[in-house]
Amino acid sequence: MGEDTPPGTPGNPLRVAIIGAGPAGFYAADHLLKQESVTVEVDMFDRLLTPYGLVRHGVAPDHLKIKSVTKGFAQTAAHPRFRFFGNVEFGTDLTVEDLERHYHQAIFCTGAQTDRRMGIPGEDLEGSHPATAFVAWYNGHPDYRDYRFDLSHESVAIVGVGNVAIDVARILCLSPEELRATDMPDYAVEALSASRVRDVYLLGRRGPAQAAFTNPELKELGELAVADVDVLPAEAELDTLSQGELEASGDRMLARKVELVREYAARPLAGKPRALHLRFLVSPVELVDDGQGRVGAIKLVHNALVKSDSGAISAQPTGDVETIPVGLVFRSVGYRGVALDGVPFNDRWGVISNTGGRVVDSETGAVVVGEYAAGWVKRGPSGVIGTNKPDALETVNAMVEDAANRRTWAPPAPSGEAVVALLAARGVQATTFDDWCAIDTFELGEGERCGRPRVKCGSREDMWRVLGREGGRAAG
Amino acid sequence: MKLSAVLAAKGNRVFTIGPGASIRDAVDVLAGNNIGALIVIGPAGAPAGVLSERDIVREIANSPGVIHKNVSDVMTTPVVTGTPEDDVDSVLRTMTARRFRHMPVVDHGALVGMVTIGDLVKAQLTEFRGAVETLETRLMES
Repeated sequence: MGEDTPPGTPGNPLRVAIIGAGPAGFYAADHLLKQESVTVEVDMFDRLLTPYGLVRHGVAPDHLKIKSVTKGFAQTAAHPRFRFFGNVEFGTDLTVEDLERHYHQAIFCTGAQTDRRMGIPGEDLEGSHPATAFVAWYNGHPDYRDYRFDLSHESVAIVGVGNVAIDVARILCLSPEELRATDMPDYAVEALSASRVRDVYLLGRRGPAQAAFTNPELKELGELAVADVDVLPAEAELDTLSQGELEASGDRMLARKVELVREYAARPLAGKPRALHLRFLVSPVELVDDGQGRVGAIKLVHNALVKSDSGAISAQPTGDVETIPVGLVFRSVGYRGVALDGVPFNDRWGVISNTGGRVVDSETGAVVVGEYAAGWVKRGPSGVIGTNKPDALETVNAMVEDAANRRTWAPPAPSGEAVVALLAARGVQATTFDDWCAIDTFELGEGERCGRPRVKCGSREDMWRVLGREGGRAAG
Repeated sequence: MKLSAVLAAKGNRVFTIGPGASIRDAVDVLAGNNIGALIVIGPAGAPAGVLSERDIVREIANSPGVIHKNVSDVMTTPVVTGTPEDDVDSVLRTMTARRFRHMPVVDHGALVGMVTIGDLVKAQLTEFRGAVETLETRLMES
């Protein structure tokens, strides 16, 4: 019967593997499981023991409301045709060949896991870090708990004004009380509470009208308990190009953003112990060595804005240079996906080669049967969490269409049990969604015990202990 | 959102043609690939113009023998190009104001893709839908 009808019936369900348990993966799973004309079985894999990707390890720990999106994900996970396999590394524990043998289709939702470099001298000095490493550290990502950030310095520069940069700046400015109201692991709360940071510089290449931060993010900076927001009046004023663009756009949210920056510039400093300096029209040109191989200062060039033929406004260096002494630099100037073994990758854009979510050959552009992408590894890092829903929808629609036209892999004997057996034979200790629920309950209980919303397990070992199992790999 | 985000999920293929090719050839490429425009590549390798369906239709109205003409006789030139770093919103406003629908994207002199007004509207729609989705989730929680 499998020969006569395309997969997707209760007797011969369409088996789909999702690689990556972040928002894109869950939105895709939800849409697949809600198909009325096709019966789909979803197996979701993640290299971590826990699901939710950047909602757990990227979204700021003081933005707990944003994390409530996981309630919907947990509902998806409760579907009888959904299974979660944590602690499974794609490429080693599970390969594309394995997927082809056990599934009809696979979606890669592995996000944008590496940061772009600034490409300036001194970038590799001690004290210069990708902002994402810091974010992962304070969010309890098990791969980052041993990272060390020297918070004994008084001045810190953050390059970029996107939401990661804004988060990092805000976290560096939280009081111990505010830190305790987050769901950070204890080690991060302790280290940040002991921080000696007083001046935080957020550095934007272009002006207030082009800054990527949102109005709520900007407003929040003005409400910090122990930090003043400092904006230079000259940098808050729009140049004629930006003013013209702002008027032409009729964008009231943008007008509000510009107004808010002006308000900050006009506001007298309240004398709080820390200051968050929001700078515009500057680009880093060098990290200056303090003489001992550490960052001692950041050298900036001032920019002027120019409008191109296409209408876009970009920054051009003026030649004016300024040096700010800082001991710590976090760069947040863009992110890229990481190539996966056996999956075509587009190096220019840092994404899996794809057309509307269908993976394509990097050279010929021909569709690769069975393989799909969704989320940041499909379109690059843009938008908010919710953007991954319409994005995943587009991919799933393509999958359903392809399945109806029998353009899928042809697994010889597709079965859910075979995958479990395969992982067991390889000594992979996979976690289940029930395991996650146990960890979740434990973390919330720890939070309740000490008056915090949650206390994250800081390591894999802690999690295995909660689960009462031995982690790691079985021998052989 | 930048043009790079639009190009990332568009595949790598860009359809180009030489200025000396015939309109007959161009029509074959357009129809064969179900697309609406070709980038005309000049001798230096840079975009010299865009040849769109609209250009061809307009020409047919004037001279039915258009099929034998050269691409360079019919294409729209000069061509407005963008870069991967350009903001989608700005480019969309330029396209609307100046009434063109295709823009080659050039990075340090090399052609890296083409965006259409449809691509940009779709990307913007996805972004708006995503923002609404996220706002709604947050409202449901409060």
